[in-house]
Amino acid sequence: MNAISTTMPPPELQWKLPARGRVGMYALIAAEAAIFTIFVVAYLFYIGKSLSGPRPRDVLSPPIFYTVCLLSSSLTMHLAGMRLRGGKVPSFGAWLLLTITLGSVFLYGTASEWHRLIYEDGLTITTNLFGTTYYSLVGLHGFHVVMGLLGLTTVMLFTILGAVRQEHGERIEVLSLYWHFVDAVWVMVFTVVYVIGR
Amino acid sequence: MSTESMAWPSTTAESRPFIDQLHEWATTVDHKRLGILYIVYALVFLVIGGIEATVIRIQLIRPHNNFVSPQVFNRMFTMHGTTMIFFVVMPVLFGFANYLIPLMIGARDMAFPRLNAFSFWMTAFGGLLLYFSLVGANGLYGAGNAPDVGWFAYAPLTSQTFSLGHSTDFWTLALLVSGFGSIGTAINIVATILCLRCPGMTLAKMPLFAWLNLVMAGLVILAVSPLTAAQIMLLLDRYLGAHFFDTQAGGSAVIWMHFFWIFGHPEVYVLVLPAFAFASEIIPVFSRKPIFGYPVMVGATVAIGFISMSVWAHHMFTVGMGATVNTFFVISTMAIAVPTGIKIFNWLATMWGGKIEFKTPMLFCIAFLFQFLVAGLTGVMMSAAPFDWQLGNSYFVVAHFHYVIVGGILFTLFAAFYYWFPKMSGKMYSERLGKLHFWLFLIGFHLTFDFMHIPGLLGMPRRIYTYEPGRGWDTWNLIVTVGVFFQAAGILVFLGNLIWSYYRGETAGDDPWDAWTLEWSTNSPPPAYNFASIPEVKSRRPLWDLKHTDDPDWKYE
Repeated sequence: MNAISTTMPPPELQWKLPARGRVGMYALIAAEAAIFTIFVVAYLFYIGKSLSGPRPRDVLSPPIFYTVCLLSSSLTMHLAGMRLRGGKVPSFGAWLLLTITLGSVFLYGTASEWHRLIYEDGLTITTNLFGTTYYSLVGLHGFHVVMGLLGLTTVMLFTILGAVRQEHGERIEVLSLYWHFVDAVWVMVFTVVYVIGR
Repeated sequence: MSTESMAWPSTTAESRPFIDQLHEWATTVDHKRLGILYIVYALVFLVIGGIEATVIRIQLIRPHNNFVSPQVFNRMFTMHGTTMIFFVVMPVLFGFANYLIPLMIGARDMAFPRLNAFSFWMTAFGGLLLYFSLVGANGLYGAGNAPDVGWFAYAPLTSQTFSLGHSTDFWTLALLVSGFGSIGTAINIVATILCLRCPGMTLAKMPLFAWLNLVMAGLVILAVSPLTAAQIMLLLDRYLGAHFFDTQAGGSAVIWMHFFWIFGHPEVYVLVLPAFAFASEIIPVFSRKPIFGYPVMVGATVAIGFISMSVWAHHMFTVGMGATVNTFFVISTMAIAVPTGIKIFNWLATMWGGKIEFKTPMLFCIAFLFQFLVAGLTGVMMSAAPFDWQLGNSYFVVAHFHYVIVGGILFTLFAAFYYWFPKMSGKMYSERLGKLHFWLFLIGFHLTFDFMHIPGLLGMPRRIYTYEPGRGWDTWNLIVTVGVFFQAAGILVFLGNLIWSYYRGETAGDDPWDAWTLEWSTNSPPPAYNFASIPEVKSRRPLWDLKHTDDPDWKYE
């Protein structure tokens, strides 16, 4: 017996609070955004302060194709979530697979850029301040792409095993929030590194 | 109406083998057990950090003292600062938040119990990592021991060139790891408060404790993350040869200061907001009045949260940032005194006309009010950049921030320990020992930190190993060190009281203070599921409504 409820007028009929997964993910995104902010500030602060070459203008070119891949993976993730809410699990799996593919292509783009910078242009994290800030900022973002891909791949495995059902839509939404955040951060990184920084 | 009807009779069997109990504690995801683990862990580090403080003060008791070597002295003040901030105050506050928030908002656990356990063990691992430096930091160079770069570890002291061995690595890794734990707990607190409140508890009906911890958790999310980023940069510098803080390659030592204090100053409010939370729960109960100006208290808290993000560079006036930047930080620092002042007046107004009971928790809260006022006043003094140029890095600064952390935060923490000890243990503490603790610690505190301002004004810099006689510092340093022994005695009485009362104390009952928030409606100690049935509330003081059905609060709110 609940003593309080019997001694008081009846409570409001609806008592609805936000979902904890969503709130937790927003809080995590806020923390991650603060981390990225510090790295972005360091990048902006050190633009043009390198004591030796190579300079960003000489070695960087905007990775337009890979950027389009990553940004469109946000769209495919969104479509995947919509399919799952509609109960179409196979279609969800297909869109999810496309999302993972696009994310992996982006990672390949970063890897090939780094390979070229290291072996052709001789730029490493120790070369100068540009190298220091470039590899740490882009690397931090790449690390988040990897984490996102690990999460998506886990869901993909569960989908193949037939464990994902319509009622998991809310959880997938939470994961997809993280993926959208990773994409949004890339817009920031792209602007700072390839537009302002050059 | 009985309040016990909400709880279930306690049926815990205490006769299980020790190894089973240990296994239960090590694998627990229960917010109450994790809260107690946090608190006990912090108390262990409180003793360690206190011993380090005592070593520092014995070294400075007279001029030309040789109690420890200069190297050991540097390690002592570094470890003292790092330990007290990251492994005493933060864990103990998280412990209370963990234990109390679900109980106060009528929930059965935190939002993410396993994340909660993960966060605790990360924090615990961070502390062990810091102290493992004592044996592990020598490394291949055979140099270094415990970290000795100061708790804010300015560049270039932390570079490979000036910090051989691994002492700085242990420092930075310990903070990185415990930072992950702190962020995890903060996310958990935010999600718990926003998503798990019992029916009827709107944001405007939450206990102030929950409000203040919500803002605190938000600050942890926004302030500890920059520290994490800065530690990653420092690790990149030390291990991969990056140049973030390397002035030889065009890097900047000043940007480390900015990054550290962007964390460091909100951190002060991370520590003090839960202290405000304790005071906001304890002062009304022992004044027998509801809190004065609840909406203003909430507004002031949120204001403090915002303003605290824009005051960090007042730690850097002596760096020479230029007149415009200095002026901005002078004004923002002075501005933050306004919401803080509002809070002090609200607590005073709560006490005004109340039927004050001078129990131990209330004594600590009253001392907190006066001491925090003084701490705030010296803070406003130093917010003026020219005054800070004179006294920056002097013992005046040390006295100021110990007035905040000891006089403000630690005093309310003691109040919280005594106030909630009956709930957590089911036993009542000894009021005699509690009062003895209070007076010993009060005398010790004022001997130490009142008189510490004076050698600071006379020009004594912080972190000096020793000093020349005849500068007018000798007597003051002697008095300061004598105060330490009073404080140490007070701490011993406190710990003795906790242990003695746990085993021999009288049974406390579910609601020994005739209090008004939900945690007092369940058993002491609460069962694993907290509430037999989830309560529903109609006002900010649900237990008042329950006890006074003829005149409930919800009619007036």
